[in-house]
Amino acid sequence: MAILALEDLRVEYRTARGTSAAVDGVTLEVREGEVLGLVGESGCGKTTLGRAIIRVLPRNARIAGGRIVFDGVDLAALPEAEMNRYRWRSIAMVPQAAMDSLDPVYRLGDQFNEVLMVTGALSRTDARRRSLDLCDLVGLDRRRLGSYPHELSGGMKQRAAIALALALRPRLLLADEPVTALDVVVQHRILKRLRALAAELSLSVILVTHDISVVAQTCDRMAVMYAGKIAEAGPTPDVFARPRHPYTMGLENSFPNLLRPQETLIPIEGVPPDLLHPPPGCRFAPRCPFAIDRCLGESPALRELEPGRWAACHRAEEAGALRIQSQEAERWRVPVP
Amino acid sequence: MARPGSVTQAPAEASVANGPLVAAEAVQKYFPLRRGLFARAAPGEYLRGVDGVSFALPRGSSLGIAGESGCGKTTLARLLLRLITPTAGRILFDGVDLSALDGPALLAFRRRAQLMVQNPYEAINPRFTMEQALAEPLVIHGIGTREDRLDRVIAALAQVNLRPADAFLDKYPHQLSGGQLQRVGLARALMVDPIFLVADEPVSMLDVSVRAGVLNLMKAIARARHLTTVYISHDLSLVRYVCETTMIMYLGTVAEIGPTDAVLASPKHPYTQLLLAAAPVPDPGRPLPEITAPEQVPTPIGPGIGCPFQDRCPQVMPVCRTVPPPLVVVGPKQQAACHLYGPH
Repeated sequence: MAILALEDLRVEYRTARGTSAAVDGVTLEVREGEVLGLVGESGCGKTTLGRAIIRVLPRNARIAGGRIVFDGVDLAALPEAEMNRYRWRSIAMVPQAAMDSLDPVYRLGDQFNEVLMVTGALSRTDARRRSLDLCDLVGLDRRRLGSYPHELSGGMKQRAAIALALALRPRLLLADEPVTALDVVVQHRILKRLRALAAELSLSVILVTHDISVVAQTCDRMAVMYAGKIAEAGPTPDVFARPRHPYTMGLENSFPNLLRPQETLIPIEGVPPDLLHPPPGCRFAPRCPFAIDRCLGESPALRELEPGRWAACHRAEEAGALRIQSQEAERWRVPVP
Repeated sequence: MARPGSVTQAPAEASVANGPLVAAEAVQKYFPLRRGLFARAAPGEYLRGVDGVSFALPRGSSLGIAGESGCGKTTLARLLLRLITPTAGRILFDGVDLSALDGPALLAFRRRAQLMVQNPYEAINPRFTMEQALAEPLVIHGIGTREDRLDRVIAALAQVNLRPADAFLDKYPHQLSGGQLQRVGLARALMVDPIFLVADEPVSMLDVSVRAGVLNLMKAIARARHLTTVYISHDLSLVRYVCETTMIMYLGTVAEIGPTDAVLASPKHPYTQLLLAAAPVPDPGRPLPEITAPEQVPTPIGPGIGCPFQDRCPQVMPVCRTVPPPLVVVGPKQQAACHLYGPH
C-alpha cells in the first residue's frame, strides 16, 4: 500500500542564467513501513526532491508540474495554509546537517517542548512524558533533555534531531543524509535505529544519501537518481544484483567493498550535465559506454520492466549483456569533451 | 613522557640511504586546555592529541592511518609535515630530527614533503587561475624560469589526466568540478618533486563515481615516482585500496598496525574489530550486524589511566583499567596494543 506517490514531478529553479529542472519527470512510490533509499551524486536532485515533498523549497524553486499524492491528497495542489497541517504532523523532515539545526541557546528539553506544546498542542505534563518516550525511541539518554546542544556529541545531536522529527508521530520521515559526517560506529547505530523505528511505528522513511553502502544495508527499495531523473528503481537486492541502468553499473564499479577481494575500481569519467542546458537525449549518454545513436537524440522514458522494477534506459532489455561488459575498465574510458 | 612500552618498533638509525624515510619515535602532542576565555591553561590539563606514537616508513611505502574523528590522525599528519612540533618524542625525516630544522634546511624539507588536503576548493586560491595555482610552488622555491614553469605546469596537468592541458590553464577553481580540482590539488603537491606525500581525506568530498579516478591516479603516480605516502581516512575500504600498511588510531595512540591485508582480514584489537563490523558495505545480502560494544563517547581529556579503549571495549579486563597496553606482536609484522595478547 503506497503512502506516497510521486507522479511525473517536476521542480524548477530560476537562476540568473535561466531555468533548470532539478527534478524532471520523477515517478516513484513509497510504501507504508518501508525504508526507501534515494541515492545519487551531488546535484542529482535528491535533496530537492525530498524538500519538494514537504514543500520547503528555496525561494527560487517551484513545483512546475506533476503530483505529490500523500494518503490520497495531492500536496502539490494544496494552498500553503493547508499544507502546513501536513508538515511535522504527517510528514516530517530530518534536514541535511540536522545536528547543526538544533538551537544552541536552548536546552534540548525546551526544544522538544516547543514542538510538542506549540505545534502539537500538548500540555506541559504530556509534553514531558512524550519527550522521555522520544528519547527512548531514538536511544538518547533521557538526562540529555537538560543539556545544551554543544554538550552533546554528533551522534547524540543526530538522535535528538530524529526524535524531534518524530515528535508528532508522522507517517513519513524524510531523512536527508542522516549519517553523513558521523563516525562509522555511530552511523551504524543510527541506521539500525531508523530501521527499527520503521518496523515498530510502521513509519515510512525516505533516506536520501550519496552512499550506496548505506542504501544496501538499510533500505528495502531504492531509487537511483541522475541529473534530475530516476535512472532506475526497485527492490534493493535486485538493483544491486541486476542493475538495469549503466549508471548504476558504473556506481557499483567505483565503490570499494571490504568484504570482497581487492578489485581495481573503475571510475565513471566525465561530469554530470549542466541542467540549464541538458543534453537532448539521455542525460547519462555523454558518460555512458553503451550509448547508441538513439540515446543521443531521444530521452529514455522511465519504464516498468517487470513488476516493481523500473529503469530509464533504451537498452534496458540488454542489461544482462551490458552488465558483463560493464566490468571491463577499458569500456569506461569514453572520450570526454 | 611516553607511556611505558609504547615504543616497540626499532628506532630508526640515521643511515640515510637504506633507513626509513620517516620515523616517529614516541611522538606526543598535547594541547593545553584553557578554562574560560582569558584563563591560563591549568597545569596538568591537556588534550592528548597524539600520545606516544612510533612507527617507521620505508622509502616508497604507503601507510594508511584510520580512526574516528578526534583520534589524532590529522594532528599526526601535521606533525609529520612539521606544521606543528611534538611536545615530546621526535620525528626523523631522512635521519634528521624535524624539530631541529630551520632556515634553508626547513625550506628544503618543505620541498620534499607535501600535503594534499580534503577540500580542494579551500586549498586553492579562488582568484588564481590553474596556471597561477600550479606555478606558485615553483615561484616560492625559485624553480625554473617563467617559460620553464609554464612547461612544467602543462606537464603536471597532463600527468593528472586533465587534458588538453592548455584548456585548463586559464580556468578558475569554480569552473572545475570537485574531481578535476582535486586532481589539480594532487598536481600542485607534485610540482616541487617531493619524495613524501601526505594526503588527508583526499577523496571524502568527492562523488563516488569520480573518487576511483583520483585514487587510481594517486596510486599510479606514487608507484611511478617511488613516493612515500601517508594516507589519512576514516574509510577503511579506501585505506585498503591505497595502502600496504594500515595503522588504526584511537585517542592519540596506535591501537593496531600491520600489513593492510592482515589488519583488515584478521583484526586483533577489539577497536579494529568494532570499526570493521560497523563499516558499511555495498552488499544488500549482509544486513547491519549486531554490535555489543558499550556506547561511550571517547574523550582525549582527563588523566588517561589504563587502556584508552576500556570504556567501549566489549572484552575489557581488570588490567585494562590500570595499565596502558603496549604494542605487542600479534602476527607477521602485525602489532596491537591490547592486553588480550600479552605482554608475553
